[in-house]
Amino acid sequence: MKCEDVSKELIPYLDRRANSADRHEVEEHLAACLACHARAEELRKLWTVLDEVPVIEPSFGFDARMRARIAEEPRPRWFRWFVPQPRLALSMALLLAVSVWMSRLPQDNSGFAGSAQSEHEQFQVIKNLDVLENYDVLSKFDALDEVPAEQQPDQKNDQQQQQDDGG
Amino acid sequence: MLDVKAGDDESFNLLLQKYRTPLVNFLYRMVRDTATAEDLAQEVFLRVYRARKQYSPSAKFTTWLFRIATNLALNSVRDNRHRQMEVSLDAAPADEDVAPLQLPTREMRIDEHMVERDRADFIRGVISTLPEKQRVAVLLHKYEEMDYGEIARILDCSESALKSLLFRAYETLRVQLAPLVSPPARHAGKEARHEM
Repeated sequence: MKCEDVSKELIPYLDRRANSADRHEVEEHLAACLACHARAEELRKLWTVLDEVPVIEPSFGFDARMRARIAEEPRPRWFRWFVPQPRLALSMALLLAVSVWMSRLPQDNSGFAGSAQSEHEQFQVIKNLDVLENYDVLSKFDALDEVPAEQQPDQKNDQQQQQDDGG
Repeated sequence: MLDVKAGDDESFNLLLQKYRTPLVNFLYRMVRDTATAEDLAQEVFLRVYRARKQYSPSAKFTTWLFRIATNLALNSVRDNRHRQMEVSLDAAPADEDVAPLQLPTREMRIDEHMVERDRADFIRGVISTLPEKQRVAVLLHKYEEMDYGEIARILDCSESALKSLLFRAYETLRVQLAPLVSPPARHAGKEARHEM
């Protein structure tokens, strides 16, 4: 063990808290190194000197003052379980207010009506599915493209009347 | 402490009786003022009382107690130092012609201390010149006789680092307190001169 290594173990050696292996190594070094031996002796004396600092006693009123301060501290009460915490109470009040506000909003049934209408259209498609899947019917749809735009009802009536007259 | 946690005030009184003296002494050696030390000790006990419900027996009670005390003491020392600095900066110089303060040599300072103060005050003064962490380590090791693991937990460092810290602290004290540790053999010198 070198001098710098012994420095870390010297205090535990002197206060008798070093383990036996470290203690043995320090003792070996101290027996061989005069400088470290002298330092260890001075540290022993230093501890005796440090013991000269007297122990002081707390003042007479220390305990009384302490008890008074403890008595001022808020104490837990059994009924505290029933007293709502301020944050919780505020959250609940806000939640209640939002619920009341939402319940007073006008009811909008358009979405429901729309969904009912689309269901009806789907029903019609399903109902006409046989027709739509019939190839013959679909192939004849090309002729419908050539049909002129829908005429006005009064023009239709005039044409019908001309045909009847001609016929 | 577990009884205190359960709401037993009598157990808190027992804790107070057991730890008030070591706590006040530790704080007094840190701040070097009796009234401040007592105020800080009361604050430590008050904090313990307030935090009793959160106490978990994973750490030793003394570790917890002295950790609170160390933090409060260091804050107090820093605040006080800061206050003193403010005063010295604000204070106008009393006399411009006064010669600049000469720092006395170690021999002179020690002589003055020997005359004006008793040895205990001198020792306390030297301890208070140690860096904060070294001072706490010495006070807990020498005066509270705590084991290395507990001091390391209070100072939030490893045991190995603590041993180095303690060695450096005791070396400084050994040098600073040399006149008390190895007093110069004046009488022996006088006697030798008489014999001649």
